[in-house]
Amino acid sequence: MENTVESPITKKVDEKKPIKKMMLILSKATIDNVYACFILANGARMEGIESEIFFTFFGLEAITKKKLEKLHVATVGNPGMHIPTMLGGLPGMEAFATKMMKAEMEKLDIPPVGEFLEILSASGTKLWACKLAMDMFHLEKENLIDDLDGVLTVGDFYSRAEGDSTQLMFI
Amino acid sequence: MVVEKIYGELCVTCNEQGYLTDLNQWTKEVGSEIAKEEGIDMTEKHWEVINYLQDQCRKEVPLSIRKIGKSGVVDIKEFYQLFPKGPLKISSRIAGIPKPVSCI
Repeated sequence: MENTVESPITKKVDEKKPIKKMMLILSKATIDNVYACFILANGARMEGIESEIFFTFFGLEAITKKKLEKLHVATVGNPGMHIPTMLGGLPGMEAFATKMMKAEMEKLDIPPVGEFLEILSASGTKLWACKLAMDMFHLEKENLIDDLDGVLTVGDFYSRAEGDSTQLMFI
Repeated sequence: MVVEKIYGELCVTCNEQGYLTDLNQWTKEVGSEIAKEEGIDMTEKHWEVINYLQDQCRKEVPLSIRKIGKSGVVDIKEFYQLFPKGPLKISSRIAGIPKPVSCI
């Protein structure tokens, strides 16, 4: 019997869709979060993937001229640091932990925040500041880095995420 | 896994990602053929970068975008313009050196 109808779904095409664009939202200013965000954005560019960062809320500190080189790691409420909470709160503890961490990162050829931002900008990563958060913290554009690509609302940022294979990530 | 590939008149050994396993097998012709595969039109500036990468590799200096930006050979912006689809990994492949492990 040869009258069987061939199923219309004969071929299952396993199409891979590589990531084309990474949209990162940075909302925190602790150094570990900032570096995670920067490394993801830079890593994307190194693979030929577009990347953009939206700095909102405390994340704005990472692009505020006067603050970006003074970011700290959290020693209180950060179980990953393995410092007892009572000790983590002692004066100088955060500064000490941050200094140690920065020294380790320099050994791995990871640049300081300011230089990292320059690298990102030169690599083609778009850097955006959140309008609402700027209003909230009374920040003007002059307070932010010169390499900034602009000030956006959330809606503006989403509209930039159009197209296939775009990923959004909140940090 | 190592595979043999023929570029022009030369047979070279590559790893599964297409990176040469031995820099000594590299010639400019091999580099040009790999560049064609990557869709890159090589200019004098491209070769200048390739030469620099090979020098660094022979000196066993690990490569990163940051170091190349500071090398004086090319700045980061230009490096991305020369090899838009992944500057470090593509230029390394053309240069016949191992794929860099750096994330920066």
